[in-house]
Amino acid sequence: MELQELSRLAYDLRKDVVDMIVAGNGGHIGGDMSVMEILVTLYFKQMNISPENENDPDRDLFVMSKGHSVEAYYAVLAKKGFMEIEEVKKQFSQFGSKYIGHPNNKLPGIEMNSGSLGHGLPVCVGMALASRMDKRENRVYTVMGDGELAEGSVWEAVMAGHQYHLDNLCAVVDRNRLQISGNTEEIMGHDDLHERFRSFGWHVIDVADGNSIEQLCAALDEARRTKGCPTVLIANTIKGKGSAVMENKASWHHHVPSQEEYEQMIKDFMERKEALAV
Amino acid sequence: MKNRIPNRKAICDVLLEKAKEDKDIVVLCSDSRGSASLADFAEAYPEQFVETGIAEQDLVSIAAGLAHCGKKAFAASPACFLSTRSYEQCKVDVAYSNTNVKLIGISGGISYGALGMSHHSAQDIAAMSSVPNMRVYLPSDRFQTKKLVEELLKDEKPAYIRVGRNPVEDIYQEEDCPFEMDRATVLREGTDALLVACGEMVRPAYEAAAILEEEGIQTTVLDMYCVKPIDREAIIHAASSVKAVITVEEHAPFGGLGSMVSQIVAAECPRKVINIALPDAPVVTGTSQEVFDHYGMTAAGIAKAVKDVLSDE
Repeated sequence: MELQELSRLAYDLRKDVVDMIVAGNGGHIGGDMSVMEILVTLYFKQMNISPENENDPDRDLFVMSKGHSVEAYYAVLAKKGFMEIEEVKKQFSQFGSKYIGHPNNKLPGIEMNSGSLGHGLPVCVGMALASRMDKRENRVYTVMGDGELAEGSVWEAVMAGHQYHLDNLCAVVDRNRLQISGNTEEIMGHDDLHERFRSFGWHVIDVADGNSIEQLCAALDEARRTKGCPTVLIANTIKGKGSAVMENKASWHHHVPSQEEYEQMIKDFMERKEALAV
Repeated sequence: MKNRIPNRKAICDVLLEKAKEDKDIVVLCSDSRGSASLADFAEAYPEQFVETGIAEQDLVSIAAGLAHCGKKAFAASPACFLSTRSYEQCKVDVAYSNTNVKLIGISGGISYGALGMSHHSAQDIAAMSSVPNMRVYLPSDRFQTKKLVEELLKDEKPAYIRVGRNPVEDIYQEEDCPFEMDRATVLREGTDALLVACGEMVRPAYEAAAILEEEGIQTTVLDMYCVKPIDREAIIHAASSVKAVITVEEHAPFGGLGSMVSQIVAAECPRKVINIALPDAPVVTGTSQEVFDHYGMTAAGIAKAVKDVLSDE
């Protein structure tokens, strides 16, 4: 698919996410919206992963470290053919459902269970080490939230990634600048994030618009070309991206829209999609 | 003491031997290769060794990532840090994600006697046993440790193994070490009392049985190296033919072997159960042997506890 088509797809998937959250009566909607283009870019433009090769040891590996954005992850995995979107919408968060509120590797396409923050990057360090031991050419990716970076275990892994020169490892930070209690800079600031990663020996790429598939693609291509150290993308995204109802509002970290809000969101998604002429 | 080989060294010897053929064995340490007796492995197989530095959370998550990609990961770190500092990683990345990580808790219990509560792991059995999909093993001597690690290399499931720092007197022999996975080893049988012990408390429990025999008291002794899944059948069978049950463990008095045995006996064959364990308090300062002496966790102390409970009956 072309980049423009993928940008339009991201709005269709946003509708899937909101449907899921309304039906399941709960979900981390704000982060789902900010991370959407990151997931679409990874799954449709960058990673060698599909239902056909999900057991191939040479497949690219992905861990959704910010596991609470599972609704966006389900929507992308479904579009990729790992699961049926209508089944997900029907069963998400229902009693006894396998589609729970965080990633679970009993489901196809999901490598590791997550939900507790600060686990994805260290797990990916292990995966990247294993790939190197086996002399594989695959790459390992994770997406972290910016609030998540307050977890000390993240920085243990940042050290290890540098120590072992893991250039097959790429982390993406969904830098939407909001966490559940408010602005990240007021909770535990990260404004010097680039410098922090650089000082730990990582190659840092700032993605000015982290909701631009074109910019994300260029950055991930650069990461692929970067040798001798791991790469981190600081993807400057908008929490709640897609509708003015929720954009840049911390209160939408975990929130279920009313019928009125739902209708406005769907309208906004479609308008923005149509604005992206093919 | 005749034996000078600690159980941790027995683990390394098995891994050194098996790694000759199996390139998927990976050992991880958190600046703990010396205390884990794994320096020989690191030297012999540098490509199969990962040093994470003093970062126990990372140690466990990295091990899980390696295991997810087909490696047989052995993550070794002092039991005090492994079981509590990285508890969440053990729960989520190992047990919940079902990765083939064998967590090796070294210097377990009060091995680091005089170093204080920060360095004691008296909660690890309770912590690890309560996590679904986590198995818990405390081998008693070097020969059993060897058999256990050989068995664990055959499966792909998570497990926590706790061993002590110091050599313990042999219970078994190289050629005579009866071992069945997840089955307690019956060391002797008697009809007065049942002693159930795990890890390095098996030896004093076994010696206590000999003391008691001289006084005409016959005991069954179970080496319950498999604390989870615990051998219920062996406990019920043995407890049913005695007057009282005594458990012995190098652990806090709650949530460990004693709690589990008590639950089973209460439900299946009710009779008096006494738990010998460390106190619910920071333990007294001393070498581990001095500490054991202080709390009666010795052959003589265990024998006395058995006599006391029997005289109450």
